[in-house]
Amino acid sequence: MNEIRGKIIKFGDNIDTDLIIAAHRLTLGSDYEKLVKYTFENFDPQFLEKVENGQTIIVAGRNFGSGSSREQAPYVLKHSGVKAILAESFARIFFRNAINIGLPVFIAPSVSEFGMNQDELVIIPTTGEVKNLTNGEKIAIEPLPEFFVEILDNGGIVGYLKKRSLV
Amino acid sequence: MGYTISEKILARASGEKHVTSGQIVTAKIDLALTHDVLCGPAAEILEQLGGKVWDSSKIIVTPDHFVPNKDIAAAKLCLSMEKFVKEQNIANYYQLGRHGICHIMISQEGHVVPGDLVVGTDSHTCTSGAVGAFAVGIGTTEMAVVFATGELWFRVPETMYFNISGNLPEHGYISGKDVILSIIGQIGVDGATYRAMEFDGEALRVLPFDERFTICNMSIEAGAKTGIICPDEKTAEYIEQRTKKAFTPLTSDKDAEYLEKIEIEADNLEPVVAKPHLPSNVATARELEGQEINQAFIGSCTGGRLTDLRVAAKILKGKQVKPNVRLIVIPGTQQIWLQALREGLLEIFAEAGGVVSTPTCGPCLGGHMGVLGPGEKCISTTNRNFIGRMGDRTSEVFLASSATVAASALTGDITDPRDVN
Repeated sequence: MNEIRGKIIKFGDNIDTDLIIAAHRLTLGSDYEKLVKYTFENFDPQFLEKVENGQTIIVAGRNFGSGSSREQAPYVLKHSGVKAILAESFARIFFRNAINIGLPVFIAPSVSEFGMNQDELVIIPTTGEVKNLTNGEKIAIEPLPEFFVEILDNGGIVGYLKKRSLV
Repeated sequence: MGYTISEKILARASGEKHVTSGQIVTAKIDLALTHDVLCGPAAEILEQLGGKVWDSSKIIVTPDHFVPNKDIAAAKLCLSMEKFVKEQNIANYYQLGRHGICHIMISQEGHVVPGDLVVGTDSHTCTSGAVGAFAVGIGTTEMAVVFATGELWFRVPETMYFNISGNLPEHGYISGKDVILSIIGQIGVDGATYRAMEFDGEALRVLPFDERFTICNMSIEAGAKTGIICPDEKTAEYIEQRTKKAFTPLTSDKDAEYLEKIEIEADNLEPVVAKPHLPSNVATARELEGQEINQAFIGSCTGGRLTDLRVAAKILKGKQVKPNVRLIVIPGTQQIWLQALREGLLEIFAEAGGVVSTPTCGPCLGGHMGVLGPGEKCISTTNRNFIGRMGDRTSEVFLASSATVAASALTGDITDPRDVN
């Protein structure tokens, strides 16, 4: 798995899937081009401007992605230009969904106190290290099981299953 | 060494003799549940995975979120759902008029039995833990994988055991909602992340069976992988009324290993309310006396069952909803709606000044039939009170039992049901 570079956008605890993409927008089904326009509309209306450069790493506190099973939540983040999410903990369905659609997510204890908005980060999945290139700080991430890395390397579970001829 | 019910179900479904927490297993799925919002998108991904479902008899589809179709976009979603149902020969499809909220339908229609491994494209799939099944919510892509292969990987969860002991207060207003909100208030919205929550205790066992569903449903609001209750005689009775399907009920061993055991003394439970914007933000209804509301909603997968409607009707009978409050009642399924009609409950709601709508998730997720405007406050029997959940980002949702919602509809502010008679 390659290293991931991006600038930090910080969030707090309990960022739920309704905040990421409101349930009533789900009538758009899998029309991600339209869905993505509503990312964080109720919580951080400037979010899309902030990720405009398409190189963003979200840094968050506990329980990121709580609530609904809607896969549209990790999807709109990925499509809006988020390259990875670092959080102290994730809601489990969100975590699985993110891996399955090929959005790298990492658990990193105390990460909510790590870095500031716009700091530049590099995540090195193979060593489990995250470096803040702006201030030189370092932090460790929990390594992902090999199985997840393989899924991510294939762009998600669909690519993974195809590659292994499981479907 | 003993095993929990969750470990036993995952062991059975993965063909292992035993499994223990932390282990990753690939298990065969007994039932896959989906609805109008995510059936079509899952079907699209299935096209990339061979395009054919592994076993059409194990798939259940019921429109619920935005039906009757609220707009053209929702109608298109239903069309893609119906296309899937037709192409894949899904017999367990519930058209509008026979439909209902998927988490109620799966048990009402006798699909889920004790010991089953269930997945659904909805986080509240864990509701079916009430009959002793291991049921989890999954995403659209994973559902497509299940559709194609009939299998999925699981990490066997650690279990937290909740013993709801003692006797329920004599006033009779403690519901499953009060039990689970009290628990979430205690452990927090991530207090059970990645874990199974197993509920037991003499007080739990005497609550009406419907209440078990509400308790298991909201385990996800504590971050749990699932909520589950070991089956008993009441479970057998419930299942046998609905299906002739054979099943082997699994239960936790006496020496099963639990991560933690938590005592909940039923005698001390009070009618409670979760304030905006987290289900863990719990206060007693009496502490919130004087908090004005604009809308009271009775419905959803945690408030639209017959028991909920009967309790609410008892409080509302012969009384009038406060004129500046909108009371909206939505029975959870067509069958519940019809039974409520026969019992005269719908008449009681209408005479009290409430409206009764056709089964849908509707307002719970800000879909339709009761969406909130800026600054509006709603007391609701639903399960989530996140920012913007029922409408505008500045609206507020207070979660409570149907008794507390009915009492509050009468007074126009949050009211303990003990204080209205």
